[in-house]
Amino acid sequence: MTSATTAHSVVEPSATTRRFAGSLVVLYAVITMIPLVWIMLTAFKSPDDAISYPPKVMFKPSLEGFCNLFTTRSRQTPEFIRSLGPPQGLCDSIARSRNMVVAGPSNYVPRFVNSLIIAFGSTVLAVALGTLSAYGFSRFRVPLKDDLLFFILSTRMMPPIAVAIPIYLMYRTVGLSDTRLGMILLYTSVNVSLAVWLLKGFIDEIPREYEEAAMIDGYTRFQAFVKVVLPQATTGIAATAIFCLIFAWNEYAFAVLLTSGNAQTAPPFIPIIIGEGGQDWPAVAAGTTLFLVPIVVFTVLLRKHLLRGITFGAVRK
Amino acid sequence: MNELSASSRITYRAVMVRPGVARRIRGLSDRTLAWLFITPTIVLLLAINIFPLLWTIYLSFTNYRANRANVPTIWLGADWYQSILTDPDIWAAMQVTAHFVIWTVVIETVIGFGLAFLIDKKFRGHGMWTTIILLPMMLSPAVVGNFWTFLYQPQIGLFNYVVAFFTGRDASSFQMLGDVRLSPWAIVIVDAWMWTPYVMLICLAGLRSIPDYIYEAAEVDRASKWRQFWSITLPMALPFIMLAVLFRGIENFKMFDMVNLLTGGGPGSTTEVASITLKRAAFESWRTGYSSAFAIILFVTVFGLANIYVKALNKVKSR
Repeated sequence: MTSATTAHSVVEPSATTRRFAGSLVVLYAVITMIPLVWIMLTAFKSPDDAISYPPKVMFKPSLEGFCNLFTTRSRQTPEFIRSLGPPQGLCDSIARSRNMVVAGPSNYVPRFVNSLIIAFGSTVLAVALGTLSAYGFSRFRVPLKDDLLFFILSTRMMPPIAVAIPIYLMYRTVGLSDTRLGMILLYTSVNVSLAVWLLKGFIDEIPREYEEAAMIDGYTRFQAFVKVVLPQATTGIAATAIFCLIFAWNEYAFAVLLTSGNAQTAPPFIPIIIGEGGQDWPAVAAGTTLFLVPIVVFTVLLRKHLLRGITFGAVRK
Repeated sequence: MNELSASSRITYRAVMVRPGVARRIRGLSDRTLAWLFITPTIVLLLAINIFPLLWTIYLSFTNYRANRANVPTIWLGADWYQSILTDPDIWAAMQVTAHFVIWTVVIETVIGFGLAFLIDKKFRGHGMWTTIILLPMMLSPAVVGNFWTFLYQPQIGLFNYVVAFFTGRDASSFQMLGDVRLSPWAIVIVDAWMWTPYVMLICLAGLRSIPDYIYEAAEVDRASKWRQFWSITLPMALPFIMLAVLFRGIENFKMFDMVNLLTGGGPGSTTEVASITLKRAAFESWRTGYSSAFAIILFVTVFGLANIYVKALNKVKSR
């Protein structure tokens, strides 16, 4: 028993090493989290607290940032404001304390909805196309298979601005400029390469004996794919879908160049939230926070598959 | 290699072992099904990637301007290519890009590998801390660039405050984004903050792929820890490190969103990386022909790098 322990302990780091390594990693994690935590704190600050010097860690929480994010306001004379009835809701009373009245909703909600529609639409399409192709590449002899797979991957390597020039012209010609459909198709084409590569890895891992057994039982190849392979690949499909979702959700270059109003998503919109006299930082921070929360949730869900996703399925462990 | 044996397995089964099965499969043949499954993806990519690419190639030989669609298009031959490759502004942009790519890759690799090495010691709670460290790379580069402009504000920004706190300088005495000497480093810092976890994650996979028995053998041979690191750990993790380096290299070569929001290429053109130059030419000056030629040059460069990347991928895969 002792010999087994020593043989093992040769490569096991000592308790001191572990504690030392652990504290360095924790230190890095804490430092790296500061910018994120700071932006989330700023979302709950009043505009004065947000730009105070020295920066305030302790402050009175305020929802003004969120109010400014969701509303547009107009400045009025105190006499006019006094002539109005009682304030309607929290945001109205905050606005009135600054001699303003709420004029209407801001564009944040429509942009956020665009982000949702475009991200989910392109994800569903990319994963559907990707699953079919991945199965094709995984199970059948396809001529020029390696070249096709490389071709699929290489489309993702193009610089987005280089792609955006002809897409801009093409969409202008066919009337897809600034439409959600245009953005969905574009994001699908970018994501499908990731979907094919990732899902091929997942499907390769499903033993083909399952399908063969099903086919002996009288299933056609297609039925075997739907009833045997797809259920087995659920985890892989879900992980791939989340990766596609995150890409489409985060994308900025195409969105800022190809959309202006109708189909604009949140990333190009958040930086242009401005208040009176420059950038309204609490509102920007509030918009950023709401935008980042889904990603944080997804990252935690995905943590087991992250490595696979970022290396196009090459590194699996 | 795997594919080869797999596909030969199909043939073997279909031809030799189960002719009965083959006869009983109704409906579509495998060949038809394979094409039905793969074609939609290829068609989409041809329509949204390849057709536009060919169009760009065509435009790069013309004087076309997207904001003056009615002006008759003149064929210019390779003029744009010649003027781009001899344009000092383009070479300045390439230098800015090189500075950005080299420094981010070096910093991210060193810190990323170091972190992976530490996490591989499997201290208590390493899983949770790893997930926390990974968060920045999942965020939108545009949103990250935008909120770092807030941190970089002179006087009110947290970054300036922290630097001032530790160096004793005045927090409003330097502008990370407005100073020609500091701004190239400002974008490097944000990129390193965001993408070090990426390199860390891949390096960690590399370290974990090294089997314990190799270290055990080294211990038996009384190799020092230092020697083990240089002779076992580093060489065996190298393919993974290369993978991370190449991927970061390609991604940062085409970097646009984060830099566009941090500095927009400024002050002057000190942070004008290639993608920003391209965007200015294509969507601000509307020199479509010229920018198409530049896009093709960038694309060929990335494509070359991607080729190496895929070879590296396959090398890692075969391990």
